[in-house]
Amino acid sequence: MTAARTMTLNLGPQHPSTHGVLRLVLELDGEVVIRCEPHIGYLHTGIEKGLESKRYQQGIPLTDRLDYLAPLSNNLVHVLAIEKALGIEVPERAQTIRVLMTELTRIKSHLVWLGTHAMDVGAMSVFLYCFREREQILDMYEAVSGQRLMSSYFRVGGLVADLPMGFEGQVQAFLATFPARLEEYEALLTQNPLWRQRTVGIGTIRATDAIAMGVSGPSLRACGVAYDVRRAAPYSGYERYQFDVPVGKVGDVYDRYTVRMAEMRQSHRIAAQALQHLSPGPINVADPKLIPPPRKLLKTSMEALIHHFKLYSEGFSVPAGEVYQAIESPKGELGVYLVSDGSNRPYRVHYRAPSFANLQALPRMVEGRLLADVIAVIGSLDIVLGEIDR
Amino acid sequence: MIETTGQAPEAEGLVLTRLREQFGGALLEVKVWRYETTVLLAPQDLVRVCRYLRDHPDLTFDFLSSVTGVDRLKLPENSPRFEVVYHVYSLQHKRRLRLKVRVADDEGVPSVTGVWEGANWHEREVFDLFGVPFEGHPNLCRILMPDDWEGHPLRKDYPLEASPKWWEEEPA
Repeated sequence: MTAARTMTLNLGPQHPSTHGVLRLVLELDGEVVIRCEPHIGYLHTGIEKGLESKRYQQGIPLTDRLDYLAPLSNNLVHVLAIEKALGIEVPERAQTIRVLMTELTRIKSHLVWLGTHAMDVGAMSVFLYCFREREQILDMYEAVSGQRLMSSYFRVGGLVADLPMGFEGQVQAFLATFPARLEEYEALLTQNPLWRQRTVGIGTIRATDAIAMGVSGPSLRACGVAYDVRRAAPYSGYERYQFDVPVGKVGDVYDRYTVRMAEMRQSHRIAAQALQHLSPGPINVADPKLIPPPRKLLKTSMEALIHHFKLYSEGFSVPAGEVYQAIESPKGELGVYLVSDGSNRPYRVHYRAPSFANLQALPRMVEGRLLADVIAVIGSLDIVLGEIDR
Repeated sequence: MIETTGQAPEAEGLVLTRLREQFGGALLEVKVWRYETTVLLAPQDLVRVCRYLRDHPDLTFDFLSSVTGVDRLKLPENSPRFEVVYHVYSLQHKRRLRLKVRVADDEGVPSVTGVWEGANWHEREVFDLFGVPFEGHPNLCRILMPDDWEGHPLRKDYPLEASPKWWEEEPA
């Protein structure tokens, strides 16, 4: 009798530990994964197609929905690409606020990763603590933009509004308590024998393979490659900040954990510096073609009224050409390729989503390992299907 | 005025000098705009240029950021119709470069999966959304759209709102 040795198992798309709607077709020999084939596209919403029909400013809220755990990183790369094509640079205060907010976003995104990853592996309580701190950052989102999740706070040429009164105190209060909180999480996990058994030596990938697959962000740095866009090609004034780029050694699940924990400390450090750098000044470029005039001017200035009307009926045009802008999002190298035909709508926008390339390396990490490890590895990659499927 | 993407003009010159020395006429067009270099290649030259870019010690473009497409249908100059765009990066030299090839509707592009393994999914995405086939790709099938989908959504003649034929209900 020749019984089939292997079994095919569908993991997802409706499985809580696939972090959204990822479907893996696994070929199993007992509990060992022989072959892993990711199927994506369940969250495809045609964002790139949709952006082609929207004026440049109108596209910003769509970008929030890519990596919905780090909406401000998506906003940032989108407006930076348009600003690069326009050839403008925003004032220093706007840059500092952008850095402050995106670093808080990184902490927020990493907190969701840590909570869900630990829960996948069986450590329930970490999740509750992480969401407690995340709540404070969501409150800051609400304070600056009125929205807790899809904030769309950045605009081409600056910001939608200046920081509200008392915001700096709110950030300071968070920064004062956060390092102690991080130590609490680490006390629960870092030396925990159960945690180490589930993560050390699991899902290992070599640096050369990771580079060939286009893996970026903490998952690449866990292999010992210190590639961080903030350092390699600074944007928004990152060259003015002191921070380290944490790297791992072997590139397993545990290294990805330690790298992200260290990154939260670095983000804390950058946010504290940004708060210090924060000096009064304009938050928008002084160009009425890009930035709507102050409300009170509309009643007295004919030109202001014309600019206001043109901006909201037609938008602004971007010179014909193409640019690629990359930033370090919490997930890795987030890039935008923007093609302009000189009109007021982008001709083509492509998002280089870090999760897309990182997920591609998943089979390399899990084939030949146990089924239970697949769950730990997915968690350690920190994928967001919103930006994978776009 | 605006930040460069980490590449000094003279460093860009080095990449172009090396490429011109090695390939000369294969570089159909070179453009530098906003400190970014774009090199247009003929499809048949793509793979050997990519391999050279990855392996030459002065260049080491080892990291493929993305592969994507542009449907030029509505641009003033639109023949051949499709453009496949590659963004490559050198981790060691911190340099970025954009490569392009242009193909007509029914033509294929050689796959660069043999040079950068990570091109696999990116090329599948271009195939799925633009309908550009990649020759020598190990597993060329749709990636974001369902397998039985008709048409390629990012083509400029594909409607933004779905026409009824995609939503017709099956007869009871």
